Amino acid sequence: MDRAYKPGEDGKTFAQYVKVRMDKEWFGISIAMVENIVRLQRITRVPGSEFYIKGVINLRGKVVPVMSLRLKMGMEEGEEQRTNRIIILKIDGDEIGVIVDEVREVVTIPDEDVEKVYSESSQANAAYLLGVGKLNGNLISLLDMYEVLGVKQQ
Amino acid sequence: MDVSQYLEIFIDEAKEHLENLNTQIMNLEQDGENMDTINEIFRAAHSLKGMAGTMGFKNMQTLTHDMENVFSEVRNGNVKVSSEMVDVLFQCLDALDEYVTNIQQTADEGDNDNAALIKAVNDFLAASENDGEKAPQSTASSQAGGSPTAGAGAEEGNAPSADGGAQNGNPNGDSNGKHKWKEIKIGNVEKGAIADAAKEGLQAYGISVYIQESCLLKAARAFLVFRAMEEIGEVILSVPSVQDIEDERFDKDFSVIYLTEEPLNKVLDAIKNVSEIEDAVGDVVNLSEGEAKEEGDKASGAGTGAGSGSGDTSASKEKSQAGNAKQDTKKVMGKPVVNRTVRVDIEKLDSLMNLVSELIISKNSLVSVASTEIGTSSLAFNEQIEYLESVTTSLHESVMKVRMVPIESVVTKFPRMIRDLSKKLDKKMELYMTGEDTELDRTVVDEIGDPLMHLLRNSADHGLESAEVRAQRGKPEVGSIFLDAYQDGNNVVIEVKDDGNGIDVEAVKAKAIEKGKITPEQAETMTEKEVIDLLFQPSFSTAKQVSDVSGRGVGLDVVKSKIESLSGEVEVSTKLGEGTTFTIRLPLTLAIIQTLMVIVGGEKYAISLGSIQTIESIPVDEVKTVQGREVIYLRGNVIPLVRLTKELGVESMNAPDADLLVLIAKKGDRLAGIVVDEMIGQMEIVIKSMGKFIGKSKLISGATILGNGEVALILDANAMI
Repeated sequence: MDRAYKPGEDGKTFAQYVKVRMDKEWFGISIAMVENIVRLQRITRVPGSEFYIKGVINLRGKVVPVMSLRLKMGMEEGEEQRTNRIIILKIDGDEIGVIVDEVREVVTIPDEDVEKVYSESSQANAAYLLGVGKLNGNLISLLDMYEVLGVKQQ
Repeated sequence: MDVSQYLEIFIDEAKEHLENLNTQIMNLEQDGENMDTINEIFRAAHSLKGMAGTMGFKNMQTLTHDMENVFSEVRNGNVKVSSEMVDVLFQCLDALDEYVTNIQQTADEGDNDNAALIKAVNDFLAASENDGEKAPQSTASSQAGGSPTAGAGAEEGNAPSADGGAQNGNPNGDSNGKHKWKEIKIGNVEKGAIADAAKEGLQAYGISVYIQESCLLKAARAFLVFRAMEEIGEVILSVPSVQDIEDERFDKDFSVIYLTEEPLNKVLDAIKNVSEIEDAVGDVVNLSEGEAKEEGDKASGAGTGAGSGSGDTSASKEKSQAGNAKQDTKKVMGKPVVNRTVRVDIEKLDSLMNLVSELIISKNSLVSVASTEIGTSSLAFNEQIEYLESVTTSLHESVMKVRMVPIESVVTKFPRMIRDLSKKLDKKMELYMTGEDTELDRTVVDEIGDPLMHLLRNSADHGLESAEVRAQRGKPEVGSIFLDAYQDGNNVVIEVKDDGNGIDVEAVKAKAIEKGKITPEQAETMTEKEVIDLLFQPSFSTAKQVSDVSGRGVGLDVVKSKIESLSGEVEVSTKLGEGTTFTIRLPLTLAIIQTLMVIVGGEKYAISLGSIQTIESIPVDEVKTVQGREVIYLRGNVIPLVRLTKELGVESMNAPDADLLVLIAKKGDRLAGIVVDEMIGQMEIVIKSMGKFIGKSKLISGATILGNGEVALILDANAMI
């Protein structure tokens, strides 16, 4: 995992995550692979693609595929909201956008506050999770985007 | 010396020379006495040796040196070209190729010194020395043909006599001809100038300057000579003209008429002071004598020319021409035939290409702005857009052309390969190639070599029958393999055809059942095409014996996937007992295409214009159903319909009884009618990749960005037929 390891003041290692919401649950996506965050825009449907692929968008002259993170994680498709964002991720040189319900902030979580999960999380598939991070008394599920996108980790 | 910066150039040029050598040695085997071929080989080998030496690749230099020795003996006629010799030479080329590959990968030639090959090469030389002793005798007795040393002697008889002729010819010519300036025709203007100069105490000299043969920058030397002369006098006439000399369009000498008050010796010394000047001669111009002399010279020049003409080699021709009048020399020099080229890094071209793409997109958005604001847009604005459009189109075309290279660079190695296969498989075969000058995008050409090689090997090994079977079937003993390339609309088609056995469909079925790929029941119902498609599956080989030529089951599936990765496709047609044809269809360009924009179920799509023949409006009641498929009958053809709404999973926006808008698309000799809802018009689009996160759809070949920023998908009409 490409975490932005930096020694904190107390010598702890930590990583930064973009905190996103889907339905009522909060998730974290490692900031190391986030290229850009854009508003929802016109998406061109691609016939014959997987059900979770919503289509392709024009990202400053590049054609980038966009998927619904909700559908991919086995959640129900939500209604289009004003808070919807597309997070553009860059993985092994390829770009892909994932649609989330809301993007809140960038959070820093020390590694020692991340717990591995073995049981089923509320809705999302546990295989897609790196672990659960504790943040100010709340829990945030940290997503393993390599697993989510089905890319072999290098 | 740090030579690393020249490594790339070295590798490029070495490859070129090797390719050239391959081709020429093939020619040499066909016609061992063609002097042009031999000279060409010699030149290429010599350059290669020089380059390798400069770069410090000792092994490569040694090997080329020994090869060059052989070529040299062949050129001198001391060795006769034999099949064994060609074999060894080819092995040498392979070894050299290996060196180059090593250098390309590791910047080092490797430490294989190929001693065995060098010995083999030297054996030919040793043999030639024995011959060489006899050879002079045969010339001395002037009975070239009758000499017992057969072939070597016969050639020997030719070359030296020609050489002798040329040598005889030259001194003769030189005794008059060293003062070539005497051949200059002095016009009236110059005569006037000379007369005027005489009044001012200036003497007119005719001077001929000879530059050393080894000189590389003749024009620069000539320039220095002129400068030296202009310092102490005035050149009033020069042959060849000053312009020609600057452009290096002269042999190794030039002549001037020169006015000066200095004595001749001083002028000549000044000229000889310039380095790489072999000689300079001159004399006082005597106007009346000059003309008489000219006549005489011409006659003697013609005489020597005829004398040495009997030894009919290019060498003697050149020399006699050099000894002839100046006009002839000029003809020989002329403008160089080969165009001057610049090697450009492909990445730079790619970035240029991307810029052109951006330009086209920006042009498209201008066009769309213009069309949405009809009320406000002025005539001048539209004119400017049209101008911009024509500029971007021609810019695009010229950038594309830069990327286009003839497939020649790939196919030239095939005749050699077929020759080797012919020996290895012990089958007689001949390769016929056409359309080597067909051009394709550089990236495609680089990738297409391997698939073609597979197909040719396949034809040679599986396709062609053994000599006995061919005789039984009444076919010529020598099998034929054809490699034809041609352009067809927006595609380039490459066909690999043989007149061999054809594909035995039953044998393929049996093999597939044996391998468990299909069940016997399936086999019953399969069409011939389906069976042939089995051949393109991984690890499927019908060769009864695995040879090292083909039959390891890594062939056709690799061919197919490679060609598909180039957005191309491959088809097979075969007739048992008569032969097989593999047809490869590749897109001409990969980046920018002309398309027809259509609307299907409210969505915009682009369809490549290259595959569309006509656009028809068909009433619904003319659509017939044949074997469960919708067809239309159009101008004598039954054309199956493809409803895009169904293929793309959308609902048509048109009323069910409205006329159908049908695009008639053609692939090879098959037609299909593609039904769309609405047509927007023709548009030049930039193909964008959609990335690997979207699974490959057969129907969709890419995406593009429209003028208004919307993304439209590109449909592959070929996939629908």
